[in-house]
Amino acid sequence: MRLRCPICGERDRREFYYQGAAVMLDRPAPDAGEAAWDNYLHLRENPAGDLEEVWSHDAGCGAWLKVTRNVSTHEIKSVELAREVKQ
Amino acid sequence: MADLIAKTPLDSMEPVTIGTCTVTEANLGTLTSIAPYAGAKIADTFKTAHGMAWPAPNRATGKDGARAIWFGRDMVLLAGPDPDAGLAKHAALTDQSDAWTAVTLGGADAEAVLARLIPLDLSPANFKRGHTARTQIQHMTGSVTRIGADTFLLLVFRSMAGTLLHDLERAMASVAVRG
Repeated sequence: MRLRCPICGERDRREFYYQGAAVMLDRPAPDAGEAAWDNYLHLRENPAGDLEEVWSHDAGCGAWLKVTRNVSTHEIKSVELAREVKQ
Repeated sequence: MADLIAKTPLDSMEPVTIGTCTVTEANLGTLTSIAPYAGAKIADTFKTAHGMAWPAPNRATGKDGARAIWFGRDMVLLAGPDPDAGLAKHAALTDQSDAWTAVTLGGADAEAVLARLIPLDLSPANFKRGHTARTQIQHMTGSVTRIGADTFLLLVFRSMAGTLLHDLERAMASVAVRG
């Protein structure tokens, strides 16, 4: 599996570290309530298809990436900088 | 206080030659990481102060004695001169002089040696002089820069000096034995 880092270009999977579902990019407001925070912290989708994830390019430039990956085939649909997704 | 003797990461070792390649400890001088603040325009200040261009991602500028090596997202490593005080207005400057092991690997088979250690295409068509990458060298995170037709500059954390030398020697021997 190879990921195309927007900064470094296409790199081997070993340079990256998986950080979890991209849910973590949508942090609820401090007063959003228990349900929203419970969802943010604990509840995750488990699809057999495309999943939005956060990876970090640990052994490369260090950027955090939002990756859309098909978890059945490992096909990478898109890779974006998490910083740009957040803006 | 006693006069302490500075020791380089590889203890000023003699160059090691196996086959066509030689690994030499490099003394890069002062190392400073330059991390520009959000939205800072540092390129012109840097060029005026140090006489070399601010490197784009995956590129290095300058020459022996004074290099600017792209070192990750929003970071450049200045190797050689002390950083100009004017840069501090635009970026966080951190002295890293004692934190890195630096070696050069040169020789006709240098690419073949590095192909055993680095998961990147380092052929001249893809990785020209002045190209750099943050990547893995065996299992260590490091920096690799092409500084000549068949010469590369490699950096890993100082604590990994022995491992880097060991890995390079094994790779050089494995290339050499194939003739």
